[in-house]
Amino acid sequence: MSPSSAGPRELLLGDEAVALAAIHAGISGAFAYPGTPSTEILEYIQRQAVPGISACWSTNEKVAYEEALGMSYAGHRALVSMKHVGLNVAADPFMNSGITGVNGGLVLAVADDPGMHSSQNEQDSRIYARFAMLPCLEPCDQQMAYDMVRQAFDISERLGLPVMVRLVTRLAHSRAVVATKEPRPPDPRPPAEGRAWILLPVNARVGYRRLVDRQVEVRAAVAELGCSRREGAPGNGLAVIAAGIAWNYLLECHLGGEELPPSLRVSGYPLCEEGIAGILAAAEEVLVLEDGYPFIEETIQGFPPRDRPRIRGRLDGTLPRTGELTPDLVRAALERAGHEVREVEGPVAPRPPVLCSGCPHADTLEALNAAMRAVPGGRAFSDIGCYTLGALPPLEAIHTCVDMGASIGMAVGAARAGLRPSLAVIGDSTFMHSGMTPLVDAAREDTPVTIIILDNSTVGMTGGQPTAATGDELRRVVAGLGVPEEHLRTVVPLPKKREEITRVLVEEMNHPGVSVVIASRTCVQEAKRRARRGRKEATA
Amino acid sequence: MKCDIVLAGVGGQGILSIAAILDAVALKQDFSVKQAEVHGMAQRGGAVQSHLRISDRPIASDLIPQGEAELILSVEPMEALRYLPWLADGGTVVSSASPLVNIPNYPGIEEILATIRRIPRHVLVDSRVLAKEAGNTRAENMVMLGAASPFLPLSTDLLRAEVIAAFASRGDRIAEANGRAFDLGREAAQGARCGPRG
Repeated sequence: MSPSSAGPRELLLGDEAVALAAIHAGISGAFAYPGTPSTEILEYIQRQAVPGISACWSTNEKVAYEEALGMSYAGHRALVSMKHVGLNVAADPFMNSGITGVNGGLVLAVADDPGMHSSQNEQDSRIYARFAMLPCLEPCDQQMAYDMVRQAFDISERLGLPVMVRLVTRLAHSRAVVATKEPRPPDPRPPAEGRAWILLPVNARVGYRRLVDRQVEVRAAVAELGCSRREGAPGNGLAVIAAGIAWNYLLECHLGGEELPPSLRVSGYPLCEEGIAGILAAAEEVLVLEDGYPFIEETIQGFPPRDRPRIRGRLDGTLPRTGELTPDLVRAALERAGHEVREVEGPVAPRPPVLCSGCPHADTLEALNAAMRAVPGGRAFSDIGCYTLGALPPLEAIHTCVDMGASIGMAVGAARAGLRPSLAVIGDSTFMHSGMTPLVDAAREDTPVTIIILDNSTVGMTGGQPTAATGDELRRVVAGLGVPEEHLRTVVPLPKKREEITRVLVEEMNHPGVSVVIASRTCVQEAKRRARRGRKEATA
Repeated sequence: MKCDIVLAGVGGQGILSIAAILDAVALKQDFSVKQAEVHGMAQRGGAVQSHLRISDRPIASDLIPQGEAELILSVEPMEALRYLPWLADGGTVVSSASPLVNIPNYPGIEEILATIRRIPRHVLVDSRVLAKEAGNTRAENMVMLGAASPFLPLSTDLLRAEVIAAFASRGDRIAEANGRAFDLGREAAQGARCGPRG
């Protein structure tokens, strides 16, 4: 990594370093749907309020990606950010954007969550980059995150392809000082022209061929910054390949002045063949350190095993196959003695997250429990949000949580299998993200499902971002999708209203068609934030 | 010089506010800083921790290896115990003695406090009482920051000034209460300090 020129130094989260770099790279817009650990990227850009940069939350990640692609088509640079599972939602435009190519620079910042601190899985976005045949940069620290996002825009425009920048939770949500460089203004190109953007098969075949042929350039572009070799001390024949944040853990284990073994730092994909071949040739045994899937490890293993050193890592059990990488795991894999570590002593009970005191979801879920007792045999399919905590004691009110919007689709499928009552429990933002389409199915066929929309008027779990529709707006959306007025009910989730909510739920659960109950009361945290903002405005 | 700190507490207790103040002062004193924090689901009343590393040399890992933290600073006593695997030999635990009971199976507080008292270098502070005395029951985190201040490689004056600055936007009354909370915490720690002085 080239040393940064002496710009201002700021203490930034990895997410914020990405955001600031994008601003300095001359973007005209940033697009995202909130999701831990990526939310702070767009939040930071919004806080900077740079004139000429559009920074609004999108309704979901697919929409965010398409909006960014449209901005690129129009000749402007765009940043799109999301969490790893958000890329599943955006996979369709992501995959095809390699075939259309881009006009203005387009960078996708995607934050993986190894260890599942706040996610349903620990999928590794590097596999998506390989799938789409697009370059992926993986910074080791906050400074590299800043530098690499700026480089990613250059690469994107040079190759005419989107570039992925992969973060993991520990980089996204850790602060360090970042030296910034001279910002550059946007310099828009004319809007794109030609057939490349019309993916009819006749054009897509040409575009796909072009993407395949361009892989040589992709490799060359990444090779410049994707790998760096430390000669180190040959010692016992061990060499190390460390990617992204794992490089820091490797360094951490050698701070006492011990020399590193021959090591290769990987910070870009496709993997640099020369760098990998070089390190494999230098060793009898290679330890691979990477957070997420054993991506590099599988790539270099080959099949069948060839003449190469023994590869150690997540696949042979040197490191755990699942979960987040830590400096302690790296130390153990290097077979270095650590410090004497204390056990947890004394009585320590787990303290899982809980719904806030006064949370409207608790009132609705209590009422749901009472209704389920009154009409037994049913299931409540649920979704992604604070209310997923309703699965834990004492509420234990919901039965599933799979992905954004799955509650309604699964309730429909279960109802068609004869399950009665079949309920869906989904938040307002999740409903707008991915709940509308399955509701259209339910309404068209008048499938006997009861859908509870918990309208707390914000995206609560990620810290209170605005939701796409709430209150009357939300009600109109639901009615517009074909839910009959007499089975579109609104309740106010308060402790004193629980019996009334239960009664409404029981009525709708007994209705042999589609019904929607909107439970509408503002999130208690959001209400506090609004009051604080109001006070600030009043004093200003 | 390196000082690795595990900050601990319960979501909503203001752990990240402590971290932000430590970050700012460490930078003013030209130290390197890395600070890993937890956002999202874990913030909802659950156990929350942040790894904060301060050094006069470059810092490699964002996470503190186990057995290397000079200090565990906890705004809640049971949470102090949760992170003992990170405590270095000879490290200090500075913890609130005031339990936050939001789970049905919260253990007996006497046993928790007795465990903390068995750690050779520990400070237990009744942060709830002191925050009330300072005039803001929400300032327990600043009481604990004050209690930790004798163990930090950071200037007490700069820390206190940063506390005031951090709460300035909430009005003078709240800022001053937090400053008092810091002072009361510091005094309590100096009175209660156990084990060999560092």
